[in-house]
Amino acid sequence: MDLNYSAEELAFRDEVRAFLDEKLPKDISAKVRGRGHLTKQDMERWHAILNEKGWLAPNWPEEYGGCAWNAVQKHIFDVECNFASAPRIIPFGLAMLAPVLMKFGNQQQKDHYLPRILNGDDWWCQGYSEPGAGSDLASLKTRAVRDGDHYIVNGQKTWTTLGQHADWIFCLVRTDPDVKQQEGISFLLIDMKTPGVEVRPIILLDGAHEVNEVWFTDVRVPVENLVGEENKGWTYAKYLLTHERTGIAGVGSSQAGLDAVKRMAGSEIHNGRPLIENPHFAARMAQVEIDLMAMSTTNLRIISKAAVGQAPGVEASMLKVKGTIIRQEINDLARRAAGPYAMPFPSEAVEGDNDPIGPEGAGVVSAQYFNNRKLSIFGGSNEIQRGIIAKVTMGG
Amino acid sequence: MNFDLTEERQMLQDTLRRYLADKYDTATRNAILDSDAGMSAEIWTGLAELGVIGALFSEADGGFGGAGFDIAVVFEELGRAGVVEPLMDTAILGGGLIAALGDEDQKLLVEEIIGGGLHVAFAHGEPSSRYDLRRVETTVAADGDNVVLNGRKAVVANAEAAGQLIVSARESGAAGDADGISLFLVPADTKGFTMRGYAMMAGGRAAEVTLDNVSVPASARLGAAGEALPAIETAVVSANVALAAETMGAMESATALTKEYLMTRKQFGRPIGTFQALAHRMSDLLIELEQARSAVINAAGHLETEPRIRDMQIASARNLMGRAGRLVAEEAIQMHGGIAMTQEYELAHIAKRITMADHRFGDTDYHLERFIALSAA
Ligand SMILES: Cc1cc2nc3c(=O)[nH]c(=O)nc-3n(C[C@H](O)[C@H](O)[C@H](O)COP(=O)(O)OP(=O)(O)OC[C@H]3O[C@@H](n4cnc5c(N)ncnc54)[C@H](O)[C@@H]3O)c2cc1C
Repeated sequence: MDLNYSAEELAFRDEVRAFLDEKLPKDISAKVRGRGHLTKQDMERWHAILNEKGWLAPNWPEEYGGCAWNAVQKHIFDVECNFASAPRIIPFGLAMLAPVLMKFGNQQQKDHYLPRILNGDDWWCQGYSEPGAGSDLASLKTRAVRDGDHYIVNGQKTWTTLGQHADWIFCLVRTDPDVKQQEGISFLLIDMKTPGVEVRPIILLDGAHEVNEVWFTDVRVPVENLVGEENKGWTYAKYLLTHERTGIAGVGSSQAGLDAVKRMAGSEIHNGRPLIENPHFAARMAQVEIDLMAMSTTNLRIISKAAVGQAPGVEASMLKVKGTIIRQEINDLARRAAGPYAMPFPSEAVEGDNDPIGPEGAGVVSAQYFNNRKLSIFGGSNEIQRGIIAKVTMGG
Repeated sequence: MNFDLTEERQMLQDTLRRYLADKYDTATRNAILDSDAGMSAEIWTGLAELGVIGALFSEADGGFGGAGFDIAVVFEELGRAGVVEPLMDTAILGGGLIAALGDEDQKLLVEEIIGGGLHVAFAHGEPSSRYDLRRVETTVAADGDNVVLNGRKAVVANAEAAGQLIVSARESGAAGDADGISLFLVPADTKGFTMRGYAMMAGGRAAEVTLDNVSVPASARLGAAGEALPAIETAVVSANVALAAETMGAMESATALTKEYLMTRKQFGRPIGTFQALAHRMSDLLIELEQARSAVINAAGHLETEPRIRDMQIASARNLMGRAGRLVAEEAIQMHGGIAMTQEYELAHIAKRITMADHRFGDTDYHLERFIALSAA
């Protein structure tokens, strides 16, 4: 055991820092720090910069153009990107669909889609959830009926993150309604430009347009867009979920978030002293920091084990639950630190030509607090994760 | 002891609840949130006509209520419906301060407020004052028969709609001193005011207000020079009762919506409320709601007692509401899943009202510290 970074790891960290310093556009990092909304172009621009460096796909094997980083390298990259206020990498194509295609897709699909994902030619979104099928995903109803060389798709997906930007959607659809739920699901790739696909915005409680409903009315999808075998989609979906959970602990994001809280608490004055010196606030901060220090090591322990071929099963659920609790606690601290300045609505507090209202970063704290309630709901809710942990460890 | 509402208050509660159920559904309210004014003139008039504003003032001040339980009854209902109209700003703070400190002429404004014809904003907090009521750095200087005000006021709720602003300024002493603070009644169209208005996260509007040589007659002063702090503290005590009651009302709605949803939403072939992992947490929310109800009663019932006891009850109520409110808002969203994350859904707004109340006149920690300090005194 050695808790220190090796010389190579330190060199890697310096390389990442230098790269971010030089290549991360200042207008983009300013937006990530809370001075505005990232546009589709911003996100694509950052993807292209990472791709040019060969750092867009930390989890992909080298043969497909990935970095094949080990756990420590991924951790370092995550932490440094967050401290530099880099946008998160949009996961749908890179971290969700790609691993499925690599494992279950045919050669033609791999050759066609994987390079396009890296190059940013296609923006993907995830079409799993439906109004009636959230935690109970296997009850999904969107129907795909074979008609010659096509499937005819009818139904509705919901909560589709950034679907308004997407060119393609990967969907779970029901191809056999007469068998056990899990055995009648297929994994289908659908071009969003196909007639009959309609995207309707859902506005979240913080005012953001981040998710959508996607409606399918007699949408004709070529059969070659089926991934793997018909009615085997549930297996692929579960495989994808294990990948969705890598990075779920959000250690880098929490560390940067806590740092921002400390900065704000250092400048806010409470009863004549900096808030950071207030015993109650200091205790709240210390408590989270202590949890986060342990989480950083828990995360590294678990992902290093996975890297040598032991899939993180129940441990991934543990990372998700504890990691999201920590992130949400930091969001709560940030809103407390901002005091009355947590009240303005963010678009009016931080955008436009005027100076932001209140202390640096305060304008977005309440929006982030509300928006990040999602962390414990999506990607398998924390209740579902606890159910998995209980089932795996106690049987039943 | 008797925990029943008087007949009058019961009537007030019933009438207000019916009015809001009728006139203030989710769609109407969400349209109000999207509007430029951030509030509805029609609702405001409606509330005035129902006597809701009058219920917040004593008979001596031209109303027919004004006690702690009147405030609690009204604000519980406003909280249940997620009302964003600024009753606390115009009536409790604005009207309350004018009624407490005003001379005969100034007090005429209270009548206008009760009638629904005037909005007031309390421009007290400053960029570096946070929740500290004494930290006033805005200056006032005599200039012949006039006084001249200079300074900045932060997150002034209802500033743009107000016909009159009550501005605090320091006559003497240092930023944190108790003595030396005065209040001035300043018409909104006075030269030298700049406002940067914005919508707030949980509805309503506020503004950053800059005073650049704002000149008003010395007779605009409310009460004696430099002695306004006790009146400010008393008005804020009432505002805290209002905030606690409003939060409690919002918690009632949040728990009712959640209970209903747990019984109707099905996953895995059964109502999600049948999963014990959720059922027990729902029970906890109901327990906290009862505690919250008691905290509001304690606070409202001590509004007129001696300051130390009163202030302890207020601090304890706001601290408890902060903790219980956070639990209810977060758990209600979590147990709903994605649906509660949408702006359209009633709970989203209710949860924001609960949470953002923790940012006015002291948060959970601030009131904990107050309680500790007062207990030791
Ligand atoms: C912001 C956001 C973005 C999203 N992005 C996407 C996306 O891009 N693509 C996509 O397909 N989906 C997406 N989702 C959907 C997300 O995966 C679902 O919200 C999630 O699966 C929960 O489903 P639900 O919202 O229907 O809640 P429900 O499943 O109805 O759950 C309601 C509550 O019941 C609990 N519950 C359910 N079953 C049990 C049980 N057996 N035991 C104990 N408790 C239980 C849940 O934990 C939750 O607290 C997103 C959601 C959000 C909020």
